[in-house]
Amino acid sequence: MPELPLFAERIAAGFPSPAQGYMDEPLDLNRLCLGEEAATFLLRVEGESMTGAGIFPGDILVVDRAREAGHGDIVVVAVDGAFTVKELQLSPEPVLLPHNPRHQPLYLEGREWELFGVATFSVHALDRRSRARVCPG
Amino acid sequence: MFALVDCNSFYASCERVFRPDLKGRPVVVLSNNDGCIVAGSPEARGLGVRTGMPLHEARDLIRKHGVAVFSSNYTLYGDMSRRVVATLETLVPQVEMYSIDECFLDLSLFPDHELQPLGQQIRERVARWVGLPVCVGIAPTKTLAKLANSLAKKDAGAGGAVVLNSDARRRGALWQVPVSAVWGVGRRLAGRLEAMDINTAEQLAAADRRLIRKRFSVVQERLVRELNGEPCLTMETQPVPRQQVIHSRSFGDPLVSLPALRQAVSDFTAKAAEKMRQEGLCAGRISLYLRTAPMGKPQQLFPHTASASLSPASLDTRVLSRQAGELLSSLWKPGYRYGKAGVMLTELSPAGQGQASLFASQETTRKEEALMKTLDAINASGKGKVWLAGRGMKREEQSVWAMRRAHLSPAYTTRVEDLPRVY
Repeated sequence: MPELPLFAERIAAGFPSPAQGYMDEPLDLNRLCLGEEAATFLLRVEGESMTGAGIFPGDILVVDRAREAGHGDIVVVAVDGAFTVKELQLSPEPVLLPHNPRHQPLYLEGREWELFGVATFSVHALDRRSRARVCPG
Repeated sequence: MFALVDCNSFYASCERVFRPDLKGRPVVVLSNNDGCIVAGSPEARGLGVRTGMPLHEARDLIRKHGVAVFSSNYTLYGDMSRRVVATLETLVPQVEMYSIDECFLDLSLFPDHELQPLGQQIRERVARWVGLPVCVGIAPTKTLAKLANSLAKKDAGAGGAVVLNSDARRRGALWQVPVSAVWGVGRRLAGRLEAMDINTAEQLAAADRRLIRKRFSVVQERLVRELNGEPCLTMETQPVPRQQVIHSRSFGDPLVSLPALRQAVSDFTAKAAEKMRQEGLCAGRISLYLRTAPMGKPQQLFPHTASASLSPASLDTRVLSRQAGELLSSLWKPGYRYGKAGVMLTELSPAGQGQASLFASQETTRKEEALMKTLDAINASGKGKVWLAGRGMKREEQSVWAMRRAHLSPAYTTRVEDLPRVY
């Protein structure tokens, strides 16, 4: 009995697509921006202390709690009962540095503080319609 | 080997992740409708606040010590629970979600000397990734893992993880545990065991298996085997096919009039129907039950349940709602204060292949399905809501029977307008 292979792929009736066999998965922003989804939290930015680093009020900050925080990382820290986003400096002493000349560095010595996570991206809308989508109300 | 991972004071801990100002402060979470306390942080328990305590009894303690009070936020707890499971899945091959704050892990692939470090690694990773404290119990059976977990929680010196991987350790654990604290031993069984002079887990493990089976059943005999390190329970990772969909709620204030109750029942039916359609099912029977208020008093209404069969099986909110309305008319009696209602859909079968009735054409069924699909899509889109007018036209009307949740925290992780703020 002769055997015939069955092709499960769809074949165009006209010319076969020249892209056949070259297809990639479409790009996925989640996969690009999220390290570990279970450890990723989104926070709403208030205030202008980090505008120099490209973090503006109303932005959505992507925070990865799975990442180890190091000297020079932009981090979210709970200080005195509230979350703040700053650059972490570990030496010569632990300081949170704002990226705005009008704001003062925050010295952590003697304060109650706890790392929340490393900030990896800031989602910034460029026009009113986009803003309404990521920042309703 | 199995592990049981249990989140410490889960609801209170979830609330604290996004409220750094509450670190070290007492926190309590209230039941549906803000009636009584269902969870408390260790600080709150230290003040004498107990689970099950009615809120009004705890009022003085709350005021005096500045206890933070929250309504149950199941949207938040559900998402945090999902994150815990996903985190555990990065460490072990098989995770069974046993309850919203407990998971069993299959550790059969791990060599003995790696169990204690793994217990620590689990604790550290969940704390770091999700921000929640957990305890870990590791043992050859599920029953022992549960027991090891309760010891990990109690014994501050254990470092939050207890491994019972030798006979000596197992015995050392069993004698500390009263029989009533063994997983699967309820209050009644504990009483009967104590009457047989079986007071500790150790005594139950040493009990004559045949006698236990004769006096009770194979379930209790299995318990004895499990306590001896003989695994009888296995991982249950297959979800059980759904037998019913229920939507029931207590009312913020007791309802007296039929029209208000009718709106609530219409809403509950719509919610149950939507949940059922999400799983691609349709119902062959609908039931309604009513509870008279106030809570805790015996049921005054008789009968308080009614049900009707649906032919053909239906997924159409309009059909279900009409039927629920008829059930309500048959049950409702004037002069009572109604505190709670519930709608239950049963005899579930996959939609789209239900037996067609003699009188309903395939065509109408298809149209109903399409309409319901559209309805669900609109309601899920976040752009607006569509509902049957029977549920009440305005928000104010709905608030008459809505659940009381005066201390509800934001849905920090699932709603874009509720994100925690960072300065």
